[in-house]
Amino acid sequence: MAQVHFRGATKRYGAVLAVDRLELAVADGELLVLLGPSGCGKTTVLRMVAGLEEVDEGTIVIGDDVVNDVAPKDRDLAMVFQSYALYPHLTVAKNIEFPLRQRRIEGEDRRRRVAEAAASLGLTELLGRKPAQLSGGQRQRVALARAIVRDPKAFLMDEPLSNLDAALRVQTRADIVALQQRLGTTTLYVTHDQVEAMTMGHRIAVLRDGVLQQVAPPQELYDRPANTFVARFLGSPGMNLVPASVTEPASVTEPAPGGVPAPGAAPVPVGPPGDRVDLALAGGRLALGGEAALLARKASSLVVGVRPEHLAIDPAGALGARVVIVELLGAEVQVVCALDDGTQVVVRQGADRPRPAAGELVRLAVDSGALHLFDAESGVRLAVGP
Amino acid sequence: MDAETGAVAIVPEPPPAPVRAAEPQGGGAHRRRAGRLVARYVLLTFGAVVVLLPLYLTVVNSLLPTTQLTRRPPPFFPAHPQWRTYATAWDQGHLGIYLRNSAIQTVIIVLGQLVTSILAGYAFAFLRFPLRRVLFVVFLATLMVPFEVTIVTNLDTITTFGWYNSFAGLTVPFLATGFGTFLLRQAFLQIPRDLQEAAALDGYGHWRFLTRIAVPLARPSLAALGVFSFLAAWNQYLWPLLVTGDNNHIRTVQLGLKLLRSTNLQSISVSLAGTVIAVAPLLVLLVVFQKQLVRSLTAGAVK
Ligand SMILES: Nc1ncnc2c1ncn2[C@@H]1O[C@H](COP(=O)(O)OP(=O)(O)O)[C@@H](O)[C@H]1O
Ligand SMILES: [Mg+2]
Repeated sequence: MAQVHFRGATKRYGAVLAVDRLELAVADGELLVLLGPSGCGKTTVLRMVAGLEEVDEGTIVIGDDVVNDVAPKDRDLAMVFQSYALYPHLTVAKNIEFPLRQRRIEGEDRRRRVAEAAASLGLTELLGRKPAQLSGGQRQRVALARAIVRDPKAFLMDEPLSNLDAALRVQTRADIVALQQRLGTTTLYVTHDQVEAMTMGHRIAVLRDGVLQQVAPPQELYDRPANTFVARFLGSPGMNLVPASVTEPASVTEPAPGGVPAPGAAPVPVGPPGDRVDLALAGGRLALGGEAALLARKASSLVVGVRPEHLAIDPAGALGARVVIVELLGAEVQVVCALDDGTQVVVRQGADRPRPAAGELVRLAVDSGALHLFDAESGVRLAVGP
Repeated sequence: MDAETGAVAIVPEPPPAPVRAAEPQGGGAHRRRAGRLVARYVLLTFGAVVVLLPLYLTVVNSLLPTTQLTRRPPPFFPAHPQWRTYATAWDQGHLGIYLRNSAIQTVIIVLGQLVTSILAGYAFAFLRFPLRRVLFVVFLATLMVPFEVTIVTNLDTITTFGWYNSFAGLTVPFLATGFGTFLLRQAFLQIPRDLQEAAALDGYGHWRFLTRIAVPLARPSLAALGVFSFLAAWNQYLWPLLVTGDNNHIRTVQLGLKLLRSTNLQSISVSLAGTVIAVAPLLVLLVVFQKQLVRSLTAGAVK
């Protein structure tokens, strides 16, 4: 077991900068999830750690050793490939013991280790089969067994669940977490699925176009996204983002043009005016106070972010919008609304709340304590949310 | 195909095939299928006759006494098979030694081609090296050059090396093959790169990956290449004729047959018997490796 440390690790494929000066430390025993959309460089990061790709600049440290020039086999890592990479002509038992053969682990010791790895993944009955005779989930477990049989310094897993169906994915997700916890082996886990990342990772590193966006525990990533990309990428659906401009607070909040007139319920700010600003956005105005107001004042233009669960359909709401579509999700309902300028926002509410119809004009109330402010230019977070 | 056609032909009432909407009636679909079946059988039968009849007549004629050989129409079945012709052919033609020579020559060529094709095919499929593409095109280009074109140069080379009249001269020019390299490169390219990388992480270098993973996975292609090169080597005539001179310890069975024919002008049956003996190993090989051959020939289409 060991920590894995990236120090400015960079990888180029010709003109494509696949990984750009990555600075990241995976702690000993940690399960760190590398999250990002397809093509953002996740696999490349894993392959650099494994030694399957050379590091163009910077270093990668495993334990105490810089491994840039260490051969893959000497790095003592186990990788679970997206394709599982099982040897089709070998039985499950032979596949699992394959890593041991080359390391001169033989006889009784080898048999015991294979049996243990197989048992811990429920493969004991299948040891005599060939990969072609297994289901997708079973193959996936063989790939995991092959990784754990050797007790390596770290596991590298590249979207190991992406070929499984939804139910099996949820189950296997839990199995991998339990396995990792039991073994305590440092794990770098790659996925493009934010739910997987949120449920599995001790911490999540979000990657975009080869650039690291943020590293944080799941809840912090969700509550305090460092920029609009992370805000959008986490959550299903992601955070609503609406451009806004900062204005002096109005004494009386005007009804949004084209919106339903709010019967005098718009929040009228109180307190010293210097502490307060209004955010003008399509559909209405939002009043800000305190630290958020100070931060907002410094920016010329902003993007306001609010999670779907922090929006509510409320006749007294500050924003006017038109319902586009109402999506039922069992316990919850997602109401997709369009603001005046066409910007779509999603409201999440309990299934027991009254449901608007598509095309209806509604007002949206914003939990002002749950607003996120981002710089419009850079997308970088300005103020904190809840 | 066997299973399908067999079921239709033997089982009185096969389960009704799902009727396609385009077809007017269930019976129409049925009749059409049966028609296709008949057509297929007619074609296959024709093919079988074209291929097998000469072989059959050779066997029949090899068993006929000389007196009946000239009869018209020729007998289709030997009334009194003359098994002696085989013994005569074996003895007079020294077929024992010639078969041995052919076997040695063929085994050397087949093994040589397998080994060089595996190594070159693996290199082209899995290794990165300068001029890889160019070299591969050069390999492919050798497929376009008929052997006859290079005969004079090869003969010259062999003589210079002092390999005239030796197994080296007989086999070395055939130890590498562009076709085999191409075939195995294709087979190796089918192996996902992930497998090689997984093996590399576990400490398996190229050599061990080749022997433990790549070669076992390429077995169908290896079997096909083995059979093809066996056929080609066994049937060689011109090259052995040019390099073996009159050395009976080198000469191959095809040359032996020619000799047998020229020394046995009066008995065609005997030279035909010799021909059957020379062909027998090929027949055995084809029967044994039938499945692999078919699989490798259809590999591209099925996958
Ligand atoms: N072998 C390669 N040659 C050229 N470009 C590559 C290669 N591998 C990956 N890339 C490029 O590098 C970027 C990152 O790829 P990858 O790490 O596979 O992304 P991810 O795993 O996040 O989907 C992509 O733009 C991809 O096209
Ligand atoms: Mg990937």
